[in-house]
Amino acid sequence: METQFIGRAFTFGKNIDTDQIYPGRFVELTREKDIARHAMEGADPEFVKQFKAGDIIVASTNFGCGSSREHAAITLKAVGTACIIAESFGRIFYRNAVNLGLPVLVCPGVSQHIDKGDELSVNIETGLIKDLTTGKDLHAQPLTGYPLKILSAGGIKTLIREKRTQRH
Amino acid sequence: MHAIEKIMARAAGEKEVTTGQIVNCRIDIAGINDLYLQTVRSFEEMGGIKVAAPDRVIVFFDHYAPASTIIQAENHKHFRTFCSQQGIEQLCDVNCGVCHQVLADRGMSGPGKIMVVTDSHTTTHGAFGAFGTGVGATDMGVILSTGSLWFRVPEIIRINLEGELGPGVSAKDLILHIIGKLGADHAVYKAVEFCGPLLKRLSISERMALCNMTTEMGAKTSYIQPDDITFDFLREKGVEKFETFFTDPDFSYAGEYNFNATGLTPRVAAPHSVDNVFPLEDYAGTRIDQAYLGTCTGGRVEDIASAAKVLGGRKVHPEVRFLVVPASKDVLLEAMAMGHIQTLVQAGATLVSPGCAACLGTHQGMLTDSEVCITSANRNFPGRMGDTGAKIFLSSPASVAAAAVAGEIVDPSPYFVTGRPL
Repeated sequence: METQFIGRAFTFGKNIDTDQIYPGRFVELTREKDIARHAMEGADPEFVKQFKAGDIIVASTNFGCGSSREHAAITLKAVGTACIIAESFGRIFYRNAVNLGLPVLVCPGVSQHIDKGDELSVNIETGLIKDLTTGKDLHAQPLTGYPLKILSAGGIKTLIREKRTQRH
Repeated sequence: MHAIEKIMARAAGEKEVTTGQIVNCRIDIAGINDLYLQTVRSFEEMGGIKVAAPDRVIVFFDHYAPASTIIQAENHKHFRTFCSQQGIEQLCDVNCGVCHQVLADRGMSGPGKIMVVTDSHTTTHGAFGAFGTGVGATDMGVILSTGSLWFRVPEIIRINLEGELGPGVSAKDLILHIIGKLGADHAVYKAVEFCGPLLKRLSISERMALCNMTTEMGAKTSYIQPDDITFDFLREKGVEKFETFFTDPDFSYAGEYNFNATGLTPRVAAPHSVDNVFPLEDYAGTRIDQAYLGTCTGGRVEDIASAAKVLGGRKVHPEVRFLVVPASKDVLLEAMAMGHIQTLVQAGATLVSPGCAACLGTHQGMLTDSEVCITSANRNFPGRMGDTGAKIFLSSPASVAAAAVAGEIVDPSPYFVTGRPL
């Protein structure tokens, strides 16, 4: 698993719910490339035009609250989000992201220190976030335990597949 | 240990569990909603061939009931085939209703169970003393593959409810008030227990509304200690076997709160956040285009009865669409038997088949730019029912009905004060 990322920050406020990340009327779509077209459409209709693979999402509290729709995590992974840093996450979104192998980091106060467009260097194992634009260092809670194990495997599907192979 | 921890410990085959511990729990009920064909995809991508415990799986066609696009119809078709191939006999097709209400109607929600559904409002089942939690499609794929799922044992907060709800004021007003005070992220990663003298008097329907809305505080699960009201409900459903767990007296909560309902007036959550809560009177006079009564939060028989009380002998305002969506087929049948549906339709309501309907902005009552809707549902996020320029007010069922008559937001209390003319 890649643990170090460098990318541009895309910033969002608090309580960005999954309806904003991925509107309900598109949940019927099942192909990843179709799902990718509607990323963050409810929060910022220009997002998909501006966001480049490898960019990083930075948000305030409760990012991904609301519905259980995995499409919210699928769409952000599909557009190439390197990782998401927020002050806290909606719990189902957090699990969905980890399950898909999309790194999510909890960093209290992060939204106060990072501006849109800042270049960030992020280490998800140590939690160290370097804002290369301002020179500031921030410390996120490093990923540990079972969520880290899932991420390290590249997602839970791989883990379950491996367990299945070992059994047979 | 807390009752929730004992439920988790039992399901994980552990004697004891503690906050923060990761446990792997056997899932008693695994529910899949029609929105998430990804569940089947994830199961297959994990190398799944045979579902581990098909008798513990139940599939609900509720969010797209009935299908309104070809893709939705196609997704339903895939699910029907999957169920038939996998021996999943519990397929609730488009005539059944919203998953949480169907589970309650069938007596499947009960004390001590681990209930996991691909719907965030699975916290609802705390009303029966179950551990209910929502998951995404891939987590459900893990359950299909293995019959179990990992959880972190949550911190638990307790909310004590006291006082009396006034006429025309309901559990929905109370929970909106609580969320307004505590915030939409107050209970993230945590469990929320309700207790207290007022809670003990609330009906199953009201308890379900409370537990359902804890999702809007970020809660992982919720809990109400089963009592005679729970046991009577289960007996009515023919359920005799269940295991009730109790919290040890020395258990230490992560937070404790008191709310007194005496004197509480009707509330609304104004656009665009569930914790943006105000006394309804602050928004009195706001013109509405749509009133939507229904959902897993506010579409039960008591909710419909309360709307029928308001609408009886009156007419829906000519400039308002009043959508009535019973939460399930059983709710619809009971409300019909009581004459409420007749009352509402005669008054000008539009009756929609049981299901989630307009709640998540896929069909059956979507909103366009600048339209205003008042609803007994649970979310008012931007774009939740269609256009991001639409405005959604969350309220009690009674307030929805009163607004449907007046064409604007209005206090429903006068309809419920006996002997007081309007």
